[in-house]
Amino acid sequence: MKPVQTAMYPEETRGVLSFGKRSRPHENIIQAVLVFCAAVSILTTLGIIVVLGTESSAFFREVSLREFLTGRSWQPSIGEFGILPLVNATLMTSLAAMLVALPLGLGVAVYLAEYASERVRETLKPILEVLSGVPTVVYGYFALTVVTPALRNLFGQDSIEVYNTLSAGLVMGVLILPLVSSMCEDALSAVPRSLREAAYAMGATKLETSVMIIVPAAFSGIAAAFILGLSRAVGETMIVALAAGAGPKLTLNPLKAAETMTGHIVRISGGDISYDSMDYRSLFAIALVLFVTTLALNMVSRSIVKKYREVYE
Amino acid sequence: MSGSEDFAANLASRHARGDRWRLMFMLSTMLAIVFLGALILTIVDDAFGYVVMVDEVDQRSLVPDGQRLEGAGAETLRAIIDEGLSPRRYRALEREKPFDERSGADLYDIVLYEIVKPQVAETYTLFESLFERKRIVEETTRAHPDGELIFRSWASMRFLSTSLTARPLTTGVLTAVKGSLLTISITILFSFPIGIAAAIWLEEYASDSRLNRFIQVNIYNLAGVPSIIYGMLGLAIFVRGLEGFTSGSAFGASAAGEVANGRTVLSAGLTLALLILPVIIINAQEAIRAVSGSLRQSSLAVGATKWQTIWHHVLPASFDRILTGAVLAVSRAIGETAPLVVVGASTFLTQDPSGVFSKFTTLPIQIYQWTSRPQAEFRHVAAAAIIVLLALMLSLNAFAIITRNRLRKQKRFG
Repeated sequence: MKPVQTAMYPEETRGVLSFGKRSRPHENIIQAVLVFCAAVSILTTLGIIVVLGTESSAFFREVSLREFLTGRSWQPSIGEFGILPLVNATLMTSLAAMLVALPLGLGVAVYLAEYASERVRETLKPILEVLSGVPTVVYGYFALTVVTPALRNLFGQDSIEVYNTLSAGLVMGVLILPLVSSMCEDALSAVPRSLREAAYAMGATKLETSVMIIVPAAFSGIAAAFILGLSRAVGETMIVALAAGAGPKLTLNPLKAAETMTGHIVRISGGDISYDSMDYRSLFAIALVLFVTTLALNMVSRSIVKKYREVYE
Repeated sequence: MSGSEDFAANLASRHARGDRWRLMFMLSTMLAIVFLGALILTIVDDAFGYVVMVDEVDQRSLVPDGQRLEGAGAETLRAIIDEGLSPRRYRALEREKPFDERSGADLYDIVLYEIVKPQVAETYTLFESLFERKRIVEETTRAHPDGELIFRSWASMRFLSTSLTARPLTTGVLTAVKGSLLTISITILFSFPIGIAAAIWLEEYASDSRLNRFIQVNIYNLAGVPSIIYGMLGLAIFVRGLEGFTSGSAFGASAAGEVANGRTVLSAGLTLALLILPVIIINAQEAIRAVSGSLRQSSLAVGATKWQTIWHHVLPASFDRILTGAVLAVSRAIGETAPLVVVGASTFLTQDPSGVFSKFTTLPIQIYQWTSRPQAEFRHVAAAAIIVLLALMLSLNAFAIITRNRLRKQKRFG
């Protein structure tokens, strides 16, 4: 049989058919727009760095870095810019938060990953997610109206101030709990089944398997969760702004009021502040410290997570 | 054999320890849930309850015998106003709107709040009101013999539909709700298209080059930057740097008598857009990644271009997931407080925000303001505002879920 030789495309008969790449200008335009949108994130980072950098450098022309980092008093009205009291308060609230979030979060994670049935896990996880979805200002309200009065009843009205870092830290711990527990659970679930089975085969109980085999095996993931939680606590603002107190004070007593870095920025910028004043610039210097700290913590946490993923996959 | 005896003796205690710790793990989970319950109960507890009202001027002394102030006619009310109001205040109110043109209800409000001045002497929470009614009545009759005990719902339709005022009894959240909705519209308008476009580029176009890996890492890092830093960025760039643009003076659209100097709804919305952009990108990327490769290949195989494949196949197949992720990010933005305080939310607004160039306040900002006041009444107002905020977030999420389900039904392939 003779093959049928008819043209499939009208272009073919006209001799203009080409299977080469056609130029499609609108596809290129679309791609350019997409590239620009992806670049917005780079611009944001650049914006943050430039803004914090320029305002802080104006600040550091008048206050030496040494004075800023080692000064023990923060009183802009008399020209004292030592960040230690603010850093100290931030550390205290963050550590209190982690003292709540890490043990509880790890407990929740072990329960969900090792003990709970599929159905229980499916019901509990969304409830925990609701905890992290509640606006932080609501937590601040809760710290001030419920936790602080409860603490004052517990320890005595005189020994504990109305604004204190303990109450803020405790409530912040609950805020961070879902983050820590979900990261810990991911780490525990990433431990291969063979390790569990080996432990059971040796006669270990469920607890012994969980605590002595699984948790150590997932240690790097748990450490990453701790560091990320710490970074979240350092940057958390509204709870400390409402419950930890106003006025920078250098104290190690968690029952006393103290102002954190974030709390100070919110209080000062919420009032009437004139641009081009030292008050204004000092806020950017604090923000720079905050940015560098949280960025470093986040990067460490992410690199740990990456490492343990490589080990088990 | 002693070894196996030891083992048998130990076994019971090992199992007992196992049970104990199992209980501990369960308890820590329960504790988290109990906390959530306590949080919600506290808010409800504070949002309703008895209040003791004491009038600064006795209502009965103002009206003739046997009459009540509430039903009094306009003439009676005018007479009370003429007599009781200080000349300065009278002139101020007259300038606002002449007394002759005011309605009866309007006059009644003036008499009530300018002359009678009801004050909240004591407030009680819902649980006290429900279970300790006797004690409350006793306390009230002892401490405030003139006082009137009424059950007040701080969160009410009136609260929702009234603008901001300085007094806890008359204030409302309408100003803040309008501000929140306007701000969030700006945020959605900017962050959705940019975020989804960035995700498309990163997933469908970007090669595995060093620059693209850097963009990806950068997005993850941005997602971890504290929200207050975005506030500083917004303050420096949108409020100060682009003042002419964000205050609306570049468009000749300055609101009458209001100098917002860049501290506008627009600046707030843009700041929040930058804040949630990384989250939207990451969520959208995951959604796009979940679309199977065979769908793309079959589209390309029948001659569709790359963009046609994305627009007609990849996006429709992943849009429900993209939407879910984006709405999660937006509900975070609605509850965000710190960056907006830094960008310059107004502490008190006499006018509701009407457009993108208005001064702004939002629900979380008002909650923050009210919570930080020392008076107990404001605590109840804050609780009522929290209920409004949570309801707003819930309805947004419900809307997203319904839309997602509808989209899923229309979807041609899973």
